[in-house]
Amino acid sequence: MIKTEHLTKRYDSLAAVDDVSFEVRPGEVLGFLGPNGAGKTTTMRMLAGFIAPTAGRASICGHDVTTDPLAAKASLGYLPEGAPAYGEMKVWDFLRFIARLRRLAERERERLDFVIGRLQLEQVLERPIETLSKGFRRRVGLAQAIMHDPPVLILDEPTDGLDPNQKHEVRTLINEMAHEKILIISTHILEEVDAVCTRAIIIARGRIVADNTPKGLLAQAGNPPGGLDAVFRSITA
Amino acid sequence: MRNVGIIMRRELVSYFATPLAYIYILIFLVLSNLFTFYLGGFFERGQADLTPFFSFHPWLYLFLVPAIAMRLWADERRSGSVELLMTLPVTLWEAVLGKFLAAWCFIAIALALTFPLWITVNYLGSPDNGAIAAAYVGSLLLAAGFLAIGSCASALTRNPVVAFILGVTGCFVFLVAGYPLVLDAFRGWAPQVLVDAVSSLGFLTHFDAISKGVIDARDLLYFGMLIAYFLIATAVVLDVRKSQ
Repeated sequence: MIKTEHLTKRYDSLAAVDDVSFEVRPGEVLGFLGPNGAGKTTTMRMLAGFIAPTAGRASICGHDVTTDPLAAKASLGYLPEGAPAYGEMKVWDFLRFIARLRRLAERERERLDFVIGRLQLEQVLERPIETLSKGFRRRVGLAQAIMHDPPVLILDEPTDGLDPNQKHEVRTLINEMAHEKILIISTHILEEVDAVCTRAIIIARGRIVADNTPKGLLAQAGNPPGGLDAVFRSITA
Repeated sequence: MRNVGIIMRRELVSYFATPLAYIYILIFLVLSNLFTFYLGGFFERGQADLTPFFSFHPWLYLFLVPAIAMRLWADERRSGSVELLMTLPVTLWEAVLGKFLAAWCFIAIALALTFPLWITVNYLGSPDNGAIAAAYVGSLLLAAGFLAIGSCASALTRNPVVAFILGVTGCFVFLVAGYPLVLDAFRGWAPQVLVDAVSSLGFLTHFDAISKGVIDARDLLYFGMLIAYFLIATAVVLDVRKSQ
């Protein structure tokens, strides 16, 4: 379970994330929506333990991200925005590096084979990551995130910059993992919410402004003809 | 500690993944030999020792070590991979130490490749090999000191060029602290205690002794504390700035 209580991040006087509380249970796929700069990435970074909250708390599977960061990070697979990696490394070396840090021990080979097969990375294993196309780079990022079969996955814009086929691939992967895992996905592609999410949180100026199922959001707004797009605009504008 | 080893290995492999490492080693070897034979008068001195070789190391390292250190963290922040590294189950400590040790290892490899000089003096005469071994240790410690300062400079900025300039400046301050240039400025007005304190902060005071073959516990302690201090500073700076 993921739990945040009054999670807040302030930069000087600006509140990037302001008093955000929510819970996500296994089997839920939470879509994190909001305009650029609304605080999506900041919230995810706090959950992933990359930046420390100014106030409030967050926990991953019962491990507080501030007081027990290693255990929280161990239960989490995280794809940072833009899928950063070590560009000069070969895909295979990079995945081995992640596998070692994830302490897979005797499962290492099996998990490496699984993620490479699942994300179809066989033909690029010997290529430096910086020479790969955007789609492949994103897949390497996803492979890294699911390496240790974590109970919780946080993916920051997993389909950003991918072509329609690649987007479909990533969504299929997410749907496959949805049953047994907790997923949080940030996006501003609203069709994606319909396609993969069981629940959506819309955040604007650091605050949660809506928290409902995609259908519920539509119903709440009186089923506008523009669909989720119209709901999104009316809430965040 | 296992994570330190994994991170260190990854870094080292990355160094040699680009031509940069080979160019760096080549420049190091060419310059150190030039200094030894032309500026140091290796043959003219008529003595079978490596003093002309080691006495230029502080100046050689002044530029070459910050060049290695500049990418330690600046690159990591610029490419965003710091976010990946810091969200894996590793502590900040393991990351700082692993990367530092990798860069140190790399410099040690470059330094080890100067072995033909050592063979040369042994061929020409019978030098004090114990003293030469001590000087190599001193040179490694000096490089580690510079590297720790450079690592801290690299954590301060996302721009490797800025990191390089900050690193060189930082190293220069510690290098010249033992020179008359700095000490004279203090001698006029400051009590002798302060002059001695400034002088003892300088790299040269401690390096000179070791490079002459005298390994004193105080010199080792000095380098150990300096390195620890700047690595802690690196971790503190990173903790504050990693996401900016």
